[in-house]
Amino acid sequence: MTERRPRVGVITFPGSLDDRDALRAVRYLGGEGVPMWHGDSQLPDVDAVLLPGGFSYGDYLRTGAIARFSPVMDAVREFAERGAPVIGVCNGFQILCEAGLLPGALIRNASLRFVCRFVHLRVESEASALTAGLAPGEVLQMPVKHGEGQFVAEPADLERIEGEGLVVFRYCGPDGIASDEHNPNGATNAIAGLRNDRGNVVGLMPHPEHAVDPDVGPIGGQPLFASLFEQALERVG
Amino acid sequence: MALAPPLEPLHRALGLTDDEYDRVRATLGRDPSRAELAMYSVMWSEHCSYKSSRIHLKKLPTEGPAVLVGPGEDAGVVDLGDGLAAVFKMESHSHPSAVEPYQGAATGVGGIVRDVLSMGARPVALLDPLRFGPLTEPRNRLLFSGVVAGIGGYGNCIGVPTVGGEVAFADCHSANPTVNVMCVGLASADRLMRSRAEGEGNLLLLIGARTGRDGIGGVSVLASRTLEDDAGDSRPSVQIGDPFTEKLLIECCLELIQAGLLEGLQDLGGAGMTCAVSESVARASRGAEVDLDAVPLRQAGMEPFEILTSESQERMLAVVRPDRLEEVRQVCERWGLLPAVIGRVTSDGLVRARLAGEIVAEVPAKSLTDDGPVYHRPMSIPAELDDLNEEDPTFAAVTTPPGEAFLAVLGSPNVASKRYVWEQYDSLVQGQTVLGSGADAAVVRIEGSLKAMALSTDGKGRYGLLDPYLGAAHAVAEAARNVATVGAKPLAITNCMNFGNPERPEVMWAFAEAIRGMADACRALGTPVTGGNVSFYNESGGSAIYPTPVVGMLGIIEDYRLLVRTGFPRPGLAIYLLGETLPALGGSEFAEVVLGKVAGRPPALDLEREGALHALLQEAARDDVLASAHDCSDGGLAVALAESAIAGGTGFAVTLPGDLPDHVTLFSESASRAVVSVRPADAEALESMASRHHTPFARIGETGGPRMAFDDLFEVTVVEARAIHEDAIPRLLSG
Repeated sequence: MTERRPRVGVITFPGSLDDRDALRAVRYLGGEGVPMWHGDSQLPDVDAVLLPGGFSYGDYLRTGAIARFSPVMDAVREFAERGAPVIGVCNGFQILCEAGLLPGALIRNASLRFVCRFVHLRVESEASALTAGLAPGEVLQMPVKHGEGQFVAEPADLERIEGEGLVVFRYCGPDGIASDEHNPNGATNAIAGLRNDRGNVVGLMPHPEHAVDPDVGPIGGQPLFASLFEQALERVG
Repeated sequence: MALAPPLEPLHRALGLTDDEYDRVRATLGRDPSRAELAMYSVMWSEHCSYKSSRIHLKKLPTEGPAVLVGPGEDAGVVDLGDGLAAVFKMESHSHPSAVEPYQGAATGVGGIVRDVLSMGARPVALLDPLRFGPLTEPRNRLLFSGVVAGIGGYGNCIGVPTVGGEVAFADCHSANPTVNVMCVGLASADRLMRSRAEGEGNLLLLIGARTGRDGIGGVSVLASRTLEDDAGDSRPSVQIGDPFTEKLLIECCLELIQAGLLEGLQDLGGAGMTCAVSESVARASRGAEVDLDAVPLRQAGMEPFEILTSESQERMLAVVRPDRLEEVRQVCERWGLLPAVIGRVTSDGLVRARLAGEIVAEVPAKSLTDDGPVYHRPMSIPAELDDLNEEDPTFAAVTTPPGEAFLAVLGSPNVASKRYVWEQYDSLVQGQTVLGSGADAAVVRIEGSLKAMALSTDGKGRYGLLDPYLGAAHAVAEAARNVATVGAKPLAITNCMNFGNPERPEVMWAFAEAIRGMADACRALGTPVTGGNVSFYNESGGSAIYPTPVVGMLGIIEDYRLLVRTGFPRPGLAIYLLGETLPALGGSEFAEVVLGKVAGRPPALDLEREGALHALLQEAARDDVLASAHDCSDGGLAVALAESAIAGGTGFAVTLPGDLPDHVTLFSESASRAVVSVRPADAEALESMASRHHTPFARIGETGGPRMAFDDLFEVTVVEARAIHEDAIPRLLSG
């Protein structure tokens, strides 16, 4: 009997850019990448869904504001409600926030400039689909590339996010210590990624899919996909 | 009360001379209609017709074993082996960027991407060579920030990584920034598209954005004239970019090509539909019937000449067999784009446009594309050149201590790190960037193989002023050297020739000299020219930019895992200087920054030696002998060593070779040199390899420690040097 490979669906919205990169990363690490289309109202047979980076609908109105109305998003919401892993990277994170699947919002970087650079992330919580099996405090390296990645939330939301341990990643230095110097976009409390209550929905600004192949750079994305694969298959049982 | 300006004949307002207007009348045997006049004025503009440059461009070598498609198509194509083809081209968008920096630069990116797309290639890399006036001037800071944001705003949104380019500064660019954009694409060699409209009865489809009133006369009013005080009035001639539509257009066209649904494809860029239609049918010796009522417009009531010459962005012209129209339509609709059948291919060689059934233009296609005027403009050597050349800074008395001079050169905007710029560009999307900005050359993998492309752009502004022949030759040599430094074989170039007003004999002379220098260097180094662009009229108030030929080099590395990086990776390595250091401070960074002089003659260039160095660097990379390699150019040996230390985070101690004065050894920009490091065990291998390639070498020191020690002259810590190198540009921008 062959071992079942986790099937990770990657949605292409009009203007998605890192969709092919996410599929490539899934395949590189031994998973099965399943292309999905924004206009489909039903999900194919997948164990997890990833909303990739890019500029869906040009992000002309507000990042993620139009994509969240795509037919596929109702199916994604249902999928998430069943407890299945839903991951949003960069623009995907923005869409999840707009869709109300995650709290808070992403606004323009404090510098008002797009930023593309490798950053360090500190794992804050292991209770998420991306970090099960990782130890809090672990430091991972991967790139950010965004113009609107500054995480903000209403005070009440922020209190809940911090109080209930929903922060999954914070920007930090190579030594794991968070500071303004290492915060690429001015995010509140250096928040780089967070989860929902159940931990199956995770959004993050940095790009794990661009950090899996050692031939092109750091590999901080590898353990995140390993966790995702495990979580995805566990649910399938 | 302002007086009404005297009424200017329409053809002159459109940029045609009286002689050119007579030529139009002779071609048609009658007076042209309003629409026809507009069509000739854009197609016969300097920008589209190359009327001043054509006779010189013919002297460039354009053929070679690797060249699949040379100049004349939308972009050049080079064979990468294994059935793969690289498509690449560079273009200028300086004039629009001077008037409206964000949109000017953004639409430059959009245009060059569509050029590559129209050959059937997926765009995989962008590089942007930029030139501005000094950042001490507020207006220059505005232009700089706007252009960089525009390039990022567009490039980041279409999923094509920006992996390289350069930024340089000089006073002469204050009024006229230079904005060049280069795009590289990949295609299967057997699926290349041609922009020709074959097959009578085939349909002409416009795909993409609607046509509006933006960018009318962009090539004639804006790109083919000097910018004077009223340049702001030209703002409506600048196009507005919509990168989201461009991204859809890329994916849609690639899907159409993949499915084999297109007979031909051409982008709509300068001169809009007139250029796209007339060029594609003229190449196939056909004609076209165009129905202007079928063109989707942004606003009602557009005049025929506006529809025909609008430079609205994000549009492509596809040639489609009638029986495939339905399939094409389905693909377009899936991507949310509107395809419009705007005409069909005919056999009579005429471009005929109708509006509401009436013929508004009827002209021979080839008269637009091939029969424009060709000028052999007068040339003369600039009077001041002799004096400039005489005053050689190599032999000037220097009182600045070498350590002080070093810090000044390392922190000068030309040499300083451009991280501030390239961090605003997505360099990683598509997942194939092995080396990005900041490296000697960008290295982009070819998915599914071990091969990678090495890409570099270079232009030598000051050298171009002091000797345009050598300036162009050095640009080719340095671009090839950069590519060889990472271990790749230089294959071919694209270019952008940035010059002043060609109607001035001094400018025309410099242009002809630059072409001669480029031709000689390309021939000697085996890198033919596959295409490019000429940008004239980069001057205002009689003051022109330096003659600035910019070269975009494409090379191939067979196994990207063997590429060589800039930085000293660890302590204990032997440092070598490859090549010979001649006393050459003419036109150098040292002379400008420390002596305040742009004078002398550029360094001599022995192209045979240059080629030998490249062969040595490639062989040493292939045999895995090199721990690091860095090209020695702006700022000389001192800067090459410092950049290697900063990039690798490892210091060094060196003894200066030779017996030239210290400042000359440190800062000479003598050509054909590189700084490399090797494991001591590989030293012998490197030395014998260098001897075989007839390349002089000197073992000058060892890597290690936190300091950079230049003989017994001075020391700087790597941390301190990095701070100076990294902070220079941000500090200037903060005012």
